[in-house]
Amino acid sequence: MTFFQILEKNGWYFFTTLLSGWPATLTVASGALVFALIFGLVIALMRISTWRLLRWPATAYLEFFRGTPALVQLFVIYFGFPDWGFQPSPLQAAIIGLGMNGAAYISEIYRAGIESIHRGQMEAALSLGMTPIKAMQHIILPQAIRTMLPPMTNFSIVLLKDTAIVFSIGVLEVMALARQLVTETLTSAPIYLMAGAMYLCVTIPMARLAARLERQRQAWQ
Amino acid sequence: MSKAGDGAAAGQPLLRIEDLQKKFGDLEVLCGVSLNVARGEKVSIIGPSGSGKTTLLRCINYLEKPSAGHIYIDGTLIGEKKSGDRFIHLTDRELARERQEIGFVFQRFNLFPHLTALGNVTVAPMRVLNLSREAAEARGRDMLQKVGLSHKADEYPERLSGGQQQRVAIARVLAMQPKLMLFDEATSALDPELIGEVLRVMRQLAEEGATMVIVTHEIQFASEVSDRVIFMDQGRIVEQGLSREVLFKPKEARTREFLKHIQDR
Repeated sequence: MTFFQILEKNGWYFFTTLLSGWPATLTVASGALVFALIFGLVIALMRISTWRLLRWPATAYLEFFRGTPALVQLFVIYFGFPDWGFQPSPLQAAIIGLGMNGAAYISEIYRAGIESIHRGQMEAALSLGMTPIKAMQHIILPQAIRTMLPPMTNFSIVLLKDTAIVFSIGVLEVMALARQLVTETLTSAPIYLMAGAMYLCVTIPMARLAARLERQRQAWQ
Repeated sequence: MSKAGDGAAAGQPLLRIEDLQKKFGDLEVLCGVSLNVARGEKVSIIGPSGSGKTTLLRCINYLEKPSAGHIYIDGTLIGEKKSGDRFIHLTDRELARERQEIGFVFQRFNLFPHLTALGNVTVAPMRVLNLSREAAEARGRDMLQKVGLSHKADEYPERLSGGQQQRVAIARVLAMQPKLMLFDEATSALDPELIGEVLRVMRQLAEEGATMVIVTHEIQFASEVSDRVIFMDQGRIVEQGLSREVLFKPKEARTREFLKHIQDR
């Protein structure tokens, strides 16, 4: 059978099967993003702290999570954590794993955003009687967020694509279902291409959004 | 643990600086500056670039941590507290509380660009003094009116001229009702035609009895507004006295040289 004959015969079945994997894909992506946004901010604030006791662990964290493959980190969490008494479900392990990995990258986006704000802004806030935390909350972060939004959106795209590796710990997301379909039908190209097209349907609008935010940021600056 | 010098004694200076030193690495920027400023007094500090004027001002509200020496406002140690015989640095929260009483006007305004003029003036009363939005806005509008900018309350800083921005910055400081106001070359970053509007506001504050320490290159303004002028060079106070005496009959050769240089510009 040709490529198109396969699609004509099984296309709808492939489509509905792959579509059923999207709730898991989106759950992992959004869960990991929220985890990374919160934890990444903590890491970033530790990294710019004047206290070495905070800076050093944050730097070590960054080096580890950026220097090792995300798949290794996932395996450590899913297969290693039970040795320490915590058995995460595949979905939990996926969210924690990609979230911790993402936090390392997002912390650098936060740091660059915060450091892009002129030192005079922090000094003005401090001179008015704000603590450094209040100054960060009310003065620095609201300004830095404009600089951070475009790279954050780009990071979200990368994170969404990275969810494809969590099939390896048994999460039934799009790629896991694609592999199941390949095994079931002994057909690969149409299935993987369809899965890829589905990712594109989500990532292209996100990339457009990132480009628009970037233009707005340049106009604001 | 007690704050050294707590309890303002009558007649004591509002600001007292004792043997203040500041080093950046091997570079000694302040070499033992001592200074008293009485309540309601206006003191101008003049001197060449690199003489330590701005560093002195920044040390007063602890934007720079002094290497040695002590600063008191109303008898209260700034930036440190005494524990037995030792002086220890305050926590961020304690330091923030002390800074509320020291207003600082920056050379480059440092307005918050994401807030309107009114937002700039109300953010500290709301977030630091915990005033309600209504109370902070009422106070903020009063302060903007005082600096002649009530009609610009809803404008963002980028839509204001340099002079207007600096006046908003002064209103922002006034909204905290500080005991002491520090002006760090408040007109240096302005076009010549915009300097007058800022000096007018500063003159008005001086007439209302505010305690002001002003780092400036505006000799005419310093002579009109200041009770006392201090000339600094190489991290030291070279000469100080009544403004007319220091500016028009300086005793020190270095002061004369500096003033001549300024007049020849």
